[in-house]
Amino acid sequence: MNSSRRTAIKSTGAFASLIALGLVTQSQAQAAVDHASFQVKTLEDALKAIGGTAAASDQVSVVSPDIAENGAVVPVGATSKLPNTTEMYLIVEKNPTPLSCAFMIPAGTAADVQTRLKMGQSTNVVAVVKADGKLFSASKETKVTLGGCGG
Amino acid sequence: MADPMRIRAALAGDETTVRVLMSHPMEPGTRKDAAGALIPAHFIKDVEATSAGKTVLKAMFSGSVSQNPFLSFKFKGGAKGDKVVVKWTDSKGDSRTDEAAIA
Repeated sequence: MNSSRRTAIKSTGAFASLIALGLVTQSQAQAAVDHASFQVKTLEDALKAIGGTAAASDQVSVVSPDIAENGAVVPVGATSKLPNTTEMYLIVEKNPTPLSCAFMIPAGTAADVQTRLKMGQSTNVVAVVKADGKLFSASKETKVTLGGCGG
Repeated sequence: MADPMRIRAALAGDETTVRVLMSHPMEPGTRKDAAGALIPAHFIKDVEATSAGKTVLKAMFSGSVSQNPFLSFKFKGGAKGDKVVVKWTDSKGDSRTDEAAIA
């Protein structure tokens, strides 16, 4: 009786881990990050959440002003000339939560996105793109005259 | 329910440029009001744009995207008159869907 209970536990455990594995691969296929990744506090952790360190590439560019007068609304964009770009991330290094937004680029959509971000202080803006499963990045410094994160 | 989005989709050559202006407070949850109490977080988390039944862009936002978020992107394969449908979901579970025809 005891042994059958053990077998039951074992098989349930194995089954559960299989499901867990399946779920992990499924979510990775969709995107490397989830909403919890947006809560990390440092640039290093943000890169870790995306999937490791990114190699600097001149094929990736960050479109961001040199000087932003109002940190609450800073136009920021990213473009990638790398083929098969599937994901793009915008990271504002010195914000309380650096990872700002993630874009999933399906085939047929250009790796060229623009949005507006908040910046608390002068900071580097880092764009990370995933192309052919590898990570590439570029960064640009933006000076902020008036911070936009409140306080 | 939030105000409607403003969506413009323009075809130039074989590329469609889509520009979206969402109406949302985008509170990051770190700001304080006049009394010093934290304003609770309330921001758009997911954005999905589809055209002709195909997803053309998916985005995840955090609270550090500006108030009334602006988003611009380009995709190939659009035709004049096709609908571009944009849907967002925020951290309170509210969502809104708007559409515009490609001009």
